[in-house]
Amino acid sequence: MSEQVPILQIGQVLLVSIQTDLDDHAVMRLQDELASRVVESMADGVVIDITAVEIVDSFVGRMLATIATISRLLDADTVVVGMRPAVAITLVELGLSLGGVTTALTLDKGLRVLERRRLEAAAGDGDAEPGAVEAGFPPGGAIDS
Amino acid sequence: MTEPAVLSITGNNGVVMARQTVRSLAQDCRLSLVEQTKLVTAASELARNALIYGGGGTMTASIVDEFGRRGVRVVFADQGPGIADVDLALTDGWTSGNGMGLGLSGSRRLVDDFVLDSAVGRGTTVTITKWAR
Ligand SMILES: Nc1ncnc2c1ncn2[C@@H]1O[C@H](COP(=O)(O)OP(=O)(O)OP(=O)(O)O)[C@@H](O)[C@H]1O
Ligand SMILES: [Mg+2]
Repeated sequence: MSEQVPILQIGQVLLVSIQTDLDDHAVMRLQDELASRVVESMADGVVIDITAVEIVDSFVGRMLATIATISRLLDADTVVVGMRPAVAITLVELGLSLGGVTTALTLDKGLRVLERRRLEAAAGDGDAEPGAVEAGFPPGGAIDS
Repeated sequence: MTEPAVLSITGNNGVVMARQTVRSLAQDCRLSLVEQTKLVTAASELARNALIYGGGGTMTASIVDEFGRRGVRVVFADQGPGIADVDLALTDGWTSGNGMGLGLSGSRRLVDDFVLDSAVGRGTTVTITKWAR
């Protein structure tokens, strides 16, 4: 049996916090579920909290990138928060750059990234802002091995 | 030398179990957190390959002492179709399915020793070792 990951809605933001070691089936289900929830809820932001995630392999990495792409098409921004330094180091060596996935070090910073995007969208200006790390690691440079 | 842990990988849950088994051995072996993370990630990739392409397989994991070094060795074996062109399969980005083609090439980078042994029609065995520093 694979687990179901709860998707919480806080205002305009969908929040997913991955707390257990998900099997591939649960990962795919989360991806599909998030896409339909973005549409149903008319959310403009998705936060995926991976603070508790001990490894990100190619399967989970692809899911994160796919969610970011899908939500962009559905007019929402995705921020992945809480990546552990060891996970970031491993991802780079695995060969996954996760280009296109916005990351922030903490949930709080991730929410502020989305807030800024919302304000910019309201002002009719969709440019990238400082603070969000776009297309690359290490997130925030807080890496030591 | 501890008894090797043997696990059969016949479903998605086998991949999860493979990660957990390897993580616990890596901790017993006192690999650093980064080394543990790299080894578990490689194991996850190889377990999934054994499941998806090999039609299921086995994982045998143990702590090894060799030449005064201590490490964790993990062997993934399946009796699937094998790999016709090993060099191609080890190329970054090459996939025969709809993966990202990073599992084999990436896990080779993540470990210290990587041995891929495959024969068409007989199956595939991948042996990886990560040494404690
Ligand atoms: N155990 C195996 N038996 C048969 N073929 C395999 C096996 N492992 C890998 N292969 C072949 O090697 C190719 C490359 O494997 P690799 O793990 O690098 O990439 P992938 O599984 O296609 O994608 P990813 O792992 O990035 O999601 C596979 O597409 C498959 O054709
Ligand atoms: Mg693979």
